[in-house]
This record gives sequence, C-alpha cells and structure tokens, in this order.
Amino acid sequence: MSAPAVSGQAPIVDPARPGDSLIGASVPRLEDDALVTGRGRFVDDIHMPGLLQAAFVRSPHAHAAIRRIDASAALALPGVHAVYTCEDFRPYLATDRLVVGLPSSHYKQDHHRQVLAADEAVHVGEPVAIVLADSRYLAEDAATLVEVDFDPLPAVSDCRAALAADAPLVHRESPHNLLAEFDMNYGEAARVFSEAEHVFRDSFWQHRGGSHSIECRGCVARHDALEDRTTLWTSTQMPHAAARVICEVLGLHENQVRVATPDVGGGFGPKLVTYPEEICVTLAARLCGRPVKWIEDRREHFIATTQERDQYWDTEVAVDDQGRVLGIRGTIVHDHGAYTARGINLAHNSAENVPLGYEVPHYAMNVKVALTNKVPVTPVRGAGHPQGTFVMERLLDRVARELKLDRAEVRRRNMIPAAKMPYRTQLKARGGEWVTLDSGDFPACFAEALARADWNGFPARQAQARAEGRYLGIGLSNFVKGTGRGPFESVTVRIGPSGKVHVYAGAAAMGQGTRTMLSQLVAEQLGRDLSNITVTTGDTAATAMGLGGSNSRQTVVAGSSAHVAAQKVRAKVLKVAAVLLQAAEAELEIVGAEVVVNGQTARRVGLGTIARSLVGTAGYSLPGGVDAGLEATEQVLIDEMAFSSGSAVVEVEVDPETGGVTIRRLVFVHDAGRMINPMVIDGQLAGGIAHGIGNALFEWMGFDENAQPVTTNLGEYLLVTSTEMPRMELHHRESPTPGNPLGVKGVGECGVIPMTPAIMSAIEDALSPFNVRISQTPITPAQLYALIEQGRQS
Amino acid sequence: MDTTLSRTISLKVNGSAVQATVDVRHTLADFLRHQLELTGTHLGCEHGVCGACTVLVDGRSARGCLMLAVQAHGREVTTVEGLAGADGRLHPLQQAFKDHHGLQCGFCTPGMLTTLSELLADNPDPSEAQVRVAISGNLCRCTGYQSIVDATLAAAKSMRASGAAR
Repeated sequence: MSAPAVSGQAPIVDPARPGDSLIGASVPRLEDDALVTGRGRFVDDIHMPGLLQAAFVRSPHAHAAIRRIDASAALALPGVHAVYTCEDFRPYLATDRLVVGLPSSHYKQDHHRQVLAADEAVHVGEPVAIVLADSRYLAEDAATLVEVDFDPLPAVSDCRAALAADAPLVHRESPHNLLAEFDMNYGEAARVFSEAEHVFRDSFWQHRGGSHSIECRGCVARHDALEDRTTLWTSTQMPHAAARVICEVLGLHENQVRVATPDVGGGFGPKLVTYPEEICVTLAARLCGRPVKWIEDRREHFIATTQERDQYWDTEVAVDDQGRVLGIRGTIVHDHGAYTARGINLAHNSAENVPLGYEVPHYAMNVKVALTNKVPVTPVRGAGHPQGTFVMERLLDRVARELKLDRAEVRRRNMIPAAKMPYRTQLKARGGEWVTLDSGDFPACFAEALARADWNGFPARQAQARAEGRYLGIGLSNFVKGTGRGPFESVTVRIGPSGKVHVYAGAAAMGQGTRTMLSQLVAEQLGRDLSNITVTTGDTAATAMGLGGSNSRQTVVAGSSAHVAAQKVRAKVLKVAAVLLQAAEAELEIVGAEVVVNGQTARRVGLGTIARSLVGTAGYSLPGGVDAGLEATEQVLIDEMAFSSGSAVVEVEVDPETGGVTIRRLVFVHDAGRMINPMVIDGQLAGGIAHGIGNALFEWMGFDENAQPVTTNLGEYLLVTSTEMPRMELHHRESPTPGNPLGVKGVGECGVIPMTPAIMSAIEDALSPFNVRISQTPITPAQLYALIEQGRQS
Repeated sequence: MDTTLSRTISLKVNGSAVQATVDVRHTLADFLRHQLELTGTHLGCEHGVCGACTVLVDGRSARGCLMLAVQAHGREVTTVEGLAGADGRLHPLQQAFKDHHGLQCGFCTPGMLTTLSELLADNPDPSEAQVRVAISGNLCRCTGYQSIVDATLAAAKSMRASGAAR
C-alpha cells in the first residue's frame, strides 16, 4: 500500500509551492469527513413533510399468468393511501415498457421490462403493484393484503435447458427462448484445428452473483406543482439515463423530470440500470400529490435487482509442441434472465476477453444468449471480462499440464510483447471499431509479479509443507481489461463571484472517490487548494448530458474533460488577471483563490474579482477581449478504450479433509496508466480483489428447477468477510495511455478479473497428489471435497 | 390487525436523555433513524448479517435491526454520531479511517466504527487477527477490509500513545 496521509501534519500539497503536484498524490478523500461522522446523506436519509412510504407486491412465481388483482383489503387498512397496478397507471403512460437495451444486430427478439406486470409475470420478484402508506411497516402489511390471482405456468430455470426444442417458453407469446446469437470469429479456426499438433478440450461452468452493495437500491420522488417538475433522488449509477427513461415512459419532457443522486452506498454494476420501481415511485408521487419513498430491502435485492449468473462454456485450444497457442474455439450459453435490462454486452465482453492478453492467431466463439424465468442479467463489477480471463487462463494451465511445461513459461510464450504496442487485435468492439491495446508491457508486469511472489522458490516451500502433511499450491493469472468506455463525459468548470471553483460533472459517484479525483484535477490548474473546489455529480439539473458510472470509466472520461475544462478556465483567468494587474501572463501564478504576480503578495487579484468582471456590467465591455463568464464546458471525445492490465499470483493452503481453502499470499501487480491518487487506486483494486475471491469461493445465487431463488439472505449467500481475506500485496506500474490527455486508465473493476483463475490454478496445484481438476467457479468446500475423494479413489 | 400498539420509553442516546413514544414493533434502528433523525446508523440487510446498523448498547455492540426500540428502555445507546468529541474532534478511529482509506462508499462505516470502538475499549493493543475477528460480522463490499484493519491498528497505536481512554 502507498503511504497514507498522516493526520495533523502539514498538507501533502502546499498550494504556494509551485512544484507540488496534486496529480499522483495520495491526498485524503474529501468525501470522508461526512461519512465517518454519520453525516452522509444516503437516499433513505432523505426526509420531507408528508412523505409516504412504498412497498411493492411482487410475483412469488417464476412464471404465472395474472388473472385478477384485488386491492380492497389493503386499501381498507388505516394508514394506507393508495395501491396502483399497471391498469391504474396506464392512462399516464406513454408506454408500459422500459426500452433500454444497448443496440445490437444480434437480437432475435425483444423483451422489455414492464412498468408493473399486467397479465404475465416472468420471474420471482417482478413487481405487480405498488402500495403507499404512512409508514414502511404499514406499507408492507398492506402489500400482503393485496390479492393477486396468479395462474402458475411452466418455468425455465437452466439456460441450457431453455434452448431445448421442447423447453417451456419463458414468455408465453415468444417463439422460443433464444434471445440473441452471435459469432466472434477471426482467422481460420477450422483449418488450424484440423492441422494442430495438440488440441485440448475443456468445459466450464461459470457463475457470478449479485452486486450486494451494502446499501440496497432506493428512491424518493417529490412532485413540485409550482415548477411542474418531479425530482427523483435515487441510488443510481446513471441518473441521466434514468431521467431519459422516465421521460419516455411517462411522456414528459426534460424540464419536467430531474434525477439526482444523494450519497450512493456502492453500485458495482446493477445500479447502472433504470428500474421499474423508479418509474412507479415517480408516477406515484405525481398521482398522489405527496412525496413517496421506496427503500429496497435485502430480500428484494436478491430477487429484483439485476445480477450476473451462469455461463456454460465448451472450449478447445490448439497448440504446437512448444505450447504456443494456434487457436481457440468454442461455444457459450449465457443466462440472460427474463428481460433485456441492459443488452447482450456481458456475453460480448466474455467472448471478447478470452484472447485479449495473448497472441491468439485464430479464434471462433459462438455465443447463445438464452432467456430464463429469472431476474434479468446485467453487468456486475467486471462485466463478463472475468469469465473470459478464466477460460483463457484455465486453458493455458491445461496446456502446461499436458505438455509438462511450467505454467508461467506457457504464458511467457504467448504474451503480447511490449514492442508490439499499440497492438491492434483482430477483435471488434461492440460499437464496431477494432480493439487496439493502447499501451503496457505485459511480460514485464508478469515477470514482476512472479519475482515478488517468489514463483521459482515455491516448489521448495511446497515440498516442505507437504512433508509436514500440508497442501500448499500456487496459482497465477494475467489479465487485460478495457476501461474508460466513451464517447465522453460532460464536465463544466465555473468560477463564481465568490471565488469558489465549481465543478459539475455528468459522472456519478458511488464510493470511488469521484469528488476527490475531480477536485485534484481541477485544483491542479486553479490554485491547488482542494478546499476551494465544490463538486456536483449525478444531477441532471446541473449537467444536461451525462453517462454516469460504469465500465471503470470516470477518471478516464470525466477526468479528461475536467482536466481540459480547467486548463481553459486557467488560461482565461491568467488572460484577464494580466489586464487587471497590468502584468504579463508569464509572471502570474494562481495560488489558492488568488492570482499573484511573481510571488509578490502585494500585487494580486482574487478569482472572485476576475469572475465578477466577466459576468458583465451593463454598458461596459469585458476586460482582455475575452468572451463572457469564467467557465468552460468540455466533453473530451474518447472512442478507443484504455486497456488496464495486470498479473496476480496466489498461494493457497487446502485442507483435504474438509475442502477448506485458505489464501495465504496474494501478489497483484497492476498497470492503470498514470495514477491520480495512488491511495484510492489501491482501494479500488483491493475491493475488486475481494469481490473476485468471493466469486471463486463463496458467492452463489441459487435457483431450484422451478426458477425459485434459494439464496435470498446474506446467511445463505456468502460475501467474503475480513477473516477470509489475505493481506494483499499491491504494486503498480505506470504505462500512460496515449488515448486521453491525462494518460489514465480505469481501475474500478480490475481487481476482480484475474482472481478466479489464479485461485483455481493454486487449488489444483495444492491438490496435485489427488489429480483434482477444477472446471467451475465458484467452488465450495463440499464440492472440492468431492473432487478430492474422487481423486483418492482413482 | 392492530398495528398501533405503542409504549413510552426513556433512554440515553449519545449522552442525552431521550423520552419517546414508539410503536412496539419498530426496531431500534428505525427508531434512531426516523424518530430521532440519527441517520448515521445504516440498514444493509435487516436480518442481522451485514452489521451496518451496529450501535453500542451499554457499551456493547448490538444490531439495531434485530433489537426493538422498546428493548432499549433504560439503556444507554451510542451511535456513530456519538463517537466524535463534543468539540467535534474526530474519534481516533474516525481519523484513522480517513487517513488509511478505510472507507469508500461509507455505508458500512458507521457499523465498523461502533464495532471497533468496542474492541479498542476492551483491548487497546489488538493483533491484526483480533481486529479481523472483531469485524468478521461486518460486511464491506468496497475495501477488501485491509485498509480498515490498517486504520484500526493505527488508531489503537495513537490511542495508546495519547493515553486516550475514551
């Protein structure tokens, strides 16, 4: 870990010291004072007079026809104000569906979520009615009194079974359950496989669970009749998308809906989706004339918040005698859930990620996206990329074993050499452009990780442990992850007459330190005083355009726009100050909230004075011949992704009597380009690593054969806790990307990506006396014990 | 059904005497958050696993979601709002969380801080393993826990150095 700031000492950056850069400094986060004292403002902390509480009536069936809804008993309960069904809402809807899917030519059919299920419910947890009452307790009482006459229909649970010719239909009216199919191909895989010296075949089941931000979803809507505007405060990663969807569904224009994010208690992907509940709460507030709050509980988070789930892979790798990969091919069946709540990007990412970090000359992957009667699947931190990395790294381990080569050596023989950067792959991104790896030295990064983890010394440690009856193993994984997806993020930097520097960004914060990051970048240009910066993110009233938080993008896209906007404002400050101070621009320096001539404190002018001079005085021209206002708005366009990369080495100890896995050592070397705040980068990586460990050993979102969820609380669905986490050894390399003005790459998802393959590799190594082969993630102790027993008997 | 049964309770919250009428079925966490407007105590699961709602009751950590407000009658409750000094000076744990990046989204943080303040009151010089065990009932999805552990060890050290017996 980088050295943290120490309280009570001088600030790390002295604004008066020109050489002191805020970029690359581990400045303490500006978010923290409120959050450590209980003064954060999360959505459930919002209170206002007249507030009603909402609860949702949800389908208990994975698939059912809805015959009749009777709310009379619920409405008779004192304190209950309204129950709305889809039929009640219909007169106020421009459409009863949320049409949000990312564009693709591969869809075979469209299935958009309903505002409320009207006559068919297609997953457990699908909302059917909303109840408004004086308290949450009463609203939940009343929700149980709403009588819904469900007529259960056959349900599809397994995504492979969904594609069988005689499978029940996920939606009564659809022709089949294949939502989309596509091939990701390049080269001549068929020819290469027919000629290759070695072909190895492996099948994998990969599962990832939910987001499980510790704050669930939630929102508060208030309609202001005076302004004819409804404000929705919602715990979302994408407020601008939410406003757009709400306007479309409710037939409102942009000035009638404002969406703002309070403090968001973690996102991790599923909060980038706009949900039916947000539409319902907004409309309910407009209809009943009182503010309405809905706070998701954890059970609802399990059944109604999107999640990642199952992928089944059948793969083959062709190699030569030296272990050089000639080609990879296979098929993926991807569980999509019942609706398209984001797109088919997850499956695309998985297929695209497989060959990304290595030279794979020929590639052919067929992807089938299958509907199931389960809550929709959308990205969770990592967004399909971990699954691709898992397959590649598992196949390389297989090659090493079959050809009796060191696992590290097989990687070295296939990695993209640094001299080939930038490296144009033969893959196309979802927008159709070529995928080009912008920068990095993958072999050097890998070599550093191996050296730091003492890869070469491990066999001796392993032998010694084995002599003591202990089973140690070491595993490894490289990864490459596209980050900073464009096309842009919008940022305005404005200096007000107060002299304060205000930053308004289309970015959305969910705990990653966005405010601190933007403040560092803007302050670097405008006085280097972090306390003089205010930041507004995630508010559609503050920025007209915004994409929000996803794909490890905010430092890349919002950071770049903030940087360029701040540079433009700086240029203007200096130009006007030169006029006001009668000095040359070259003599000027911005220090705190003032511009000073050559460090002479007597000759100075405040940023507020300059700002006032540019807001105009009737009849007088502006100083310096500049245009009006001390502000700049930027949308730096970035179409190409910035590829972060890294290497992880993990040592585990496995207890063959229980199948229990203990991670004893974890080395992670990462390259996210130029670093803005190393402390925050460490934090992002560490959280991702923990998430990846959960995906390897703990997290399983289970459903039975009727698509009933069977893990709906945090006792059944396990998140990694402090006692399972090893101490993480984090190291950084900096290969700045040429793709944006800062040279930065994203980091938010990167920790996750290599963890499942590295851990499985280590477990197999530990259990090599039992010849254990792992072709799944996660793996539980019971499953591992069964594999050990199998090995003992054979 | 009768949903209106209530009782009047008296308790101390963050050092101040409080008297209030509460519905008997309301949890302590809901009472603190919505009646006393002490919204620093967060609800993450409402079934006692995540630990975000942890408060101190008579100095002992307790789940605010698993305890009814009426059960706090006659007790002394401390929430995250009560950790800092009356002068606003941060508790050493709060300061250390800032210094060591012991929080990201901040949602689990209040429960972490109350849990750890109990640990440090009991054991001024905990080992890393003891810190990990102490927070093993508090889920954090952001940090991977390492920075929380580091912050706690640093806070313990600074408290020992200053002899602060909070």
